[in-house]
Amino acid sequence: MAMNSGLHWKTRMTEHPFYNYKVVHQFAIMTVVWGIVGMLVGVFIAAQLAWPALNFDTAWLSFGRLRPLHTNAVIFAFGGSALMSTSLFIVQRTCHARLISDRLAAFVFWGWQAVIVAAAITLPMGFTSSKEYAELEWPIDILIAVVWICYAILFFGTITKRKDKHIYVANWFFGAFIIAVALLHIINSLALPVTMTKSYSVYSGTIDAMVQWWYGHNAVGFFLTAGFLGIMYYFVPKQAERPVYSYRLSVVHFWALIAIYVWAGPHHLHYTSLPDWTQSVGMAMSLVLLAPSWGGMINGIMTLSGAWDKLRTDPILKFLVVSLSFYGMSTFEGPMMSIKSVNALSHYTDWTIGHVHSGALGWVAMISIGAIYHLIPLMYGRKAGAMYSVKLIDLHFWLSTIGTVLYIVSMWVNGLMQGLMWRAVNSDGTLTYSFIESVEASYAGYVVRFIGGAIFFSGMLVMAWNIWKTRQLALANPTQVEEEQHLDAQEVLA
Amino acid sequence: MSNAFSWFVIIGTLGSLLAFFLILYMNRHTSNPGKTTGHSYDGIEEYDNPMPAWWFWGFVISILFGIGYLLYFPGLGNFAGFGGWTQVGALESDQDDAEERYGPLFAQYAAIPIDELRQDAAAMRMGRRLFATNCSVCHGSAGTGSEGFPNLTDHEWLWGSDAEQIQATILNGRMAMMPAWGPVLQEQGVQEVAEYVMQLSGREVNAELASAGKTRYDMFCVACHGPEGAGQPMMGAPALNNEIWLYGNSRLRIEDAIRNGRNGQMPAFAERLGEDKVHILSAYVKSLQQQ
Repeated sequence: MAMNSGLHWKTRMTEHPFYNYKVVHQFAIMTVVWGIVGMLVGVFIAAQLAWPALNFDTAWLSFGRLRPLHTNAVIFAFGGSALMSTSLFIVQRTCHARLISDRLAAFVFWGWQAVIVAAAITLPMGFTSSKEYAELEWPIDILIAVVWICYAILFFGTITKRKDKHIYVANWFFGAFIIAVALLHIINSLALPVTMTKSYSVYSGTIDAMVQWWYGHNAVGFFLTAGFLGIMYYFVPKQAERPVYSYRLSVVHFWALIAIYVWAGPHHLHYTSLPDWTQSVGMAMSLVLLAPSWGGMINGIMTLSGAWDKLRTDPILKFLVVSLSFYGMSTFEGPMMSIKSVNALSHYTDWTIGHVHSGALGWVAMISIGAIYHLIPLMYGRKAGAMYSVKLIDLHFWLSTIGTVLYIVSMWVNGLMQGLMWRAVNSDGTLTYSFIESVEASYAGYVVRFIGGAIFFSGMLVMAWNIWKTRQLALANPTQVEEEQHLDAQEVLA
Repeated sequence: MSNAFSWFVIIGTLGSLLAFFLILYMNRHTSNPGKTTGHSYDGIEEYDNPMPAWWFWGFVISILFGIGYLLYFPGLGNFAGFGGWTQVGALESDQDDAEERYGPLFAQYAAIPIDELRQDAAAMRMGRRLFATNCSVCHGSAGTGSEGFPNLTDHEWLWGSDAEQIQATILNGRMAMMPAWGPVLQEQGVQEVAEYVMQLSGREVNAELASAGKTRYDMFCVACHGPEGAGQPMMGAPALNNEIWLYGNSRLRIEDAIRNGRNGQMPAFAERLGEDKVHILSAYVKSLQQQ
């Protein structure tokens, strides 16, 4: 009986009278689910680096197979679900228009979940195209392309239905992210299939490497930056209840950001067979990229002017603001690491892993978490951000922050140590340390990283519990839910 | 790169940088600082504030730096840059410096015969460092090897144990070539030969199978591994009549070697290390043998 009423409630709950909240809700829930799964795999492989016996001599549990599973799960399953949930939420609310098609929305949701499940099966089995962040084999790549194009139709179709002539800045960023990711994915994944599970890239040698890192860097630039700036531009002013600091700044940094990011890929291939001129252009453009990247951080943080006091009481706002600080830090670190002489020290060390995670945990995950805390109560007919427990959000905030700091600091220490050990020479010019000595010396850092990751992961469990209780609260009072959604719809139509 | 592509790169790169300048310049003023633009999206308004000056000028400076960098270093198509820097040139100059500084340290031992050199404590310390950097990844930090990578501390030498032979192995590398006999011997034949090979090393085997295997062994394997299975260092063919098995001694692994062959490879170090270092390294490897 309880089960039955729960199902009944759920159907009604996700049916906002005006907007399609069903797909927003589905993606929001899967953001948390895939966050937990992807981060758990991450914590496990972090433990393997400290205690290698944890691969149990089993091929599908080995680091080489689980690492791409971790990256795909956190970027495309967790991050992807967060982006789709928030973009489809924001595009409806800022355009005052319902999504153009509920069936297309359902296809995008189930199609994307199918991609993730296919990845979770094939990657541990060892099927891989061996391109970093694009490991999935060609049949899955085709499914991704189809789902992505449907997502684009859904998003841009809804934009065309907007009531206001102008398009809100968050939607520019989502639009750029959707178009760029389609181009990047399709061009980089072009391959000649030989069997259902094996294909070869159509590019070869250095060109293959350059195409791969043009893709790889812009997966960071458009998937993990532009898309999440779209999230920032809605949830920060909304949660702070303040106007965006500068419209002009958002115009300039938007165009500069999307135009410059596509040039920066070669910095992943410094001191390789990539021609000198390409490396130089990659480095110069990476430095020019600093200002446009910071534009987003400045606009977000300055939006809080006059509302700083809210940080004392609102942990959702804390998530959003601290994520912007991590964003600013990692987008400063990135251009510095692209300088060739710095890169000569940092490349191939754990510093890179630390840099990625200051962006991935500090920026991407924390802004997504803040956004989900804002919108999930709306799905249950409650006020924005009205979660079951504010204290649990605060606890989650501290777990995330402490986890991120432990993670990145341990990787900085390891990275600098490794870089310095690898280049240390004896009086006769021979290397002071063999490679394995640098691995041995990294043990302490690996343990601290594992602890930091585990702390961050535990915060996701707190979040899941908080969402579950919020849902139950709404369940207990269905009439109020209906009234709230009715009010919201009236506001929209007014 | 062709001239046309070179110009495409130059125009694209400088054109983009100039475009960023233009975007900045065109947006430097706003009409109503401190006021909102008048739009509201789901309740969100935007101030018409100008870009922060420090950010504006930081952006401009980074563009100027980028242009300067691309003029000094090779970055604009075929234009080599005013600094004359190239990646290969920088590497070569580093290598020349190292050769000048460290070369004599190694050269001082070049004339000392390997068998004498391995008694020289200072030279052996250098040898150990060279080994740790260049050899330990495959042969292990103690030189005891692992599956597919020979143990250098025992008395079994695939390509010969003389100082000259070891030196030749390091300088020029080795390419082992055990052919795949599966198609020739068929499954039954593979099992019989495996049985005989195990008998050669003194293990308890099925005598009937082994005897059938011997007939085939004498036909196909004897040329390299010898009638008694003693091996042949000229071809890197391992001895089969002892307890040392580079790829494992289980029946499964031995059958696998016969069926599918083996292609062990030792890379050549002549170009990477030079003769003087290889000379010291050979003495060090030779010294491992005595321990």
